[in-house]
Amino acid sequence: MSTLWFMIVAVMVAVYVLLDGFDIGAGAVHLFIAKNDAERRLVLRAIGPVWDGNEVWLLAAGGTLYFAFPLLYASSFSGFYLPLMMVLWLLMLRGIGIEFRTHIQDAVWKSFFDVIFGISSILLAIFFGAALGNVVRGVPLQADGYFFEPLWTNWRVGAQNGILDWYTVICGLVALATLVVHGSLYLAIKTEGDLNARARKVAGWFWPVQVLLTVVSLIATVYILPHVLNNYSRWPIGYLVPALVIGSLIYLYYAHSKRNDKGAFLASCAYIVGMLVGAAFALYPNVLPASTDSSFSLTIYNTAAGAHGLGVGFVWWTIGMILALGYFIFVYRMFRGKVKLEEGSGHGY
Amino acid sequence: MDSALLIHRLHFAFTVTYHYLFPQLTMGLALLIVILKTLALKTKDESYDRAARFWAKIFGINFIIGVVTGIPMEFQFGTNWSHFSRYAGGVIGQTLAMEGVFAFFLESTFLGLFLYGEKRLTKTQHWFAAFMVFVGSWLSGYFIVATDAWMQHPVGYQRVADGSVQLSSFWQLVLNPWAWWQYAHNMSGAVITGAFVMSAVGAFYLLSREHVQQGRIFVRVGVIAALIASVLQVFPTGDAQGRLVARNQPVTLAAMEALWETQPGAPLVIIGQPNVPEQKIDNPIVIPKALSFLTWRRWNAEVKGLNDVPKQDWPDSIPLLYFSYHVMVGLGTIFIAVSVIAAFLLWRQQLYNARWMLWILLLLFPLPYIANTAGWMTAELGRQPWLVYGLLRTVDGYSKMVSAGNAWFSFLGFLGMYTVLSILFLFLVRREIEHGPDPDPGPLAQKPGVVAAGPVEVR
Repeated sequence: MSTLWFMIVAVMVAVYVLLDGFDIGAGAVHLFIAKNDAERRLVLRAIGPVWDGNEVWLLAAGGTLYFAFPLLYASSFSGFYLPLMMVLWLLMLRGIGIEFRTHIQDAVWKSFFDVIFGISSILLAIFFGAALGNVVRGVPLQADGYFFEPLWTNWRVGAQNGILDWYTVICGLVALATLVVHGSLYLAIKTEGDLNARARKVAGWFWPVQVLLTVVSLIATVYILPHVLNNYSRWPIGYLVPALVIGSLIYLYYAHSKRNDKGAFLASCAYIVGMLVGAAFALYPNVLPASTDSSFSLTIYNTAAGAHGLGVGFVWWTIGMILALGYFIFVYRMFRGKVKLEEGSGHGY
Repeated sequence: MDSALLIHRLHFAFTVTYHYLFPQLTMGLALLIVILKTLALKTKDESYDRAARFWAKIFGINFIIGVVTGIPMEFQFGTNWSHFSRYAGGVIGQTLAMEGVFAFFLESTFLGLFLYGEKRLTKTQHWFAAFMVFVGSWLSGYFIVATDAWMQHPVGYQRVADGSVQLSSFWQLVLNPWAWWQYAHNMSGAVITGAFVMSAVGAFYLLSREHVQQGRIFVRVGVIAALIASVLQVFPTGDAQGRLVARNQPVTLAAMEALWETQPGAPLVIIGQPNVPEQKIDNPIVIPKALSFLTWRRWNAEVKGLNDVPKQDWPDSIPLLYFSYHVMVGLGTIFIAVSVIAAFLLWRQQLYNARWMLWILLLLFPLPYIANTAGWMTAELGRQPWLVYGLLRTVDGYSKMVSAGNAWFSFLGFLGMYTVLSILFLFLVRREIEHGPDPDPGPLAQKPGVVAAGPVEVR
């Protein structure tokens, strides 16, 4: 049951990264791709109707994590106190940047919110990457299952590390490059003309950066944590995951060169899923390894909620997800066929 | 001011109080918008549609701030109250996760349809979208209240070996009797906020002689909803809630009323300041025996006083708790009085010209916010010194690893951030109110595209 919930939470996190990833990525390139008010409105229009729904996945994934692994939630959220507070402020700034920009037709007002939206998106991408880096690298857990990390200590990977060290900074940059490509490709799908060309160009520039950083981060991971390969030796089928990562990067390049934006975007999705699944696979059954003493590591076994609760939860979680799927289909059917008639109306972004 | 516990408490109290200023309006408005949309469908009068469209804009601004200030609430269970989360996560994780899975997906999907889809949907479909937004926001409210109700009155749990509590009965948790009454009381409070805000904006338009036809709709719908909700707020919901407190948290009731000695025929304090060191009430005005009657339905029933309870189990801020409760009750009484008089004038068809009453309705709108806040402060201060009543003390629940310095850091950050949000919010809402509802298209109806080209459609 714990393993099942580990997978469910991992899937929900992955869905969140895929979905909110493209609107964060779009925000990260917003200031550089969209040059004038009309183009910036197009960027916002491309993500405006969906970003809030995408962020719901963060809340749903967080809630599910809380419910299934209370100790993990308690320990990691208090240990990552400082970066999480900053993530909260960035999420707020981004939300109002998107939503309040178009409330007033004034150039100064709009450029203020454009910059807020751009900067908060860039920082969020780096923060999320660094957070994942922390989970992979391990944190200074104590015997009672708690820890607290300052923002940085000596920038080295050791027992008493901070949120930021050279390894997690690399992870942050991987996330930024990945989401820049992901968001640019999304914008390329959703736009035409100059904007489309520029979005495609940015994706093209950042693809080699993404490849380089991916290779560096994988080497760094194996260098600092030789045991990450244990699960791969134990279940060699796991090597399909790095194969997926490499394959998706190659296909991304191919589709991009063929001007197949949708194919490239799907490749980017596959890449993100591959990286996340690869990390989760390497960690399992750990969920938060200790950098201090491996016996302090948090695992799915010592953090899971009671068996009765997990069983009951599986029933309502399944019902809830079917309902959520139902809403999406319902909304899709309601809009089907009518979108083309009034393309461009509706949203005021 | 350097006790980490105090800063963590202030942190949560500030962020949750600020957050709830927005959902109380959106939950109340969600119902009122459904009523307006229903009236539009039944009467085929499109002015109700314009009214709904205007309130949807106010709703949208409030909803965004409600969402961005709501995310920190879920986070803070882990960041600032990690020992509590570890202790109780196996139970309340259920309701919190259900909020995400059942309410948020529903709400966010249909809100998009409702706000942006009016032109694409039929009238019935658009009504349905509004209805589902209402269902989603009220469902969300239920899961949160059920979580708090479990902290007030834990049920459906069992202790396990590692010292935490785990779920033993899902239905007991979800159908906690405390949750039902608290939810009913809370939701009628939200409707009071929505109704008085609606009538205040209507009164403003009538007083300034602008958007008069829409102003009348706002005043009429607002006053009738306020009357119904204000009455429900006292009876049966407030009464039942109070009796639950009396039965399950007698020390809380004693502190709410600053009742020191156990006595039969206990009085109800109307006015007076609790004097904790001397154990009395300064300049009291009381109704003799009323507290006994209200709680036990007998004039001479015995009500437990604070002195019969060990001091360590007293709520830790008796004066603030006392005033929260009395402010809530006092304002609730004012709401009934105002809405009864306003509804009478409406019935006599004099309300729209009774400028004195319109002024009262206009100036009244901050009071429901204060009353709702005071109500929640009564619930949460009254639960002290417990985090989970009778099971886990507040002093054992916060994140021991997060020092007072780090908690101050984020507390100050939130103070700054919410100041900015408040300025933006007031600015944008003022603009929408100044702009007002769309004008009556009248016999020379323009094509929708031409209207939309104006400064109207800013979203």
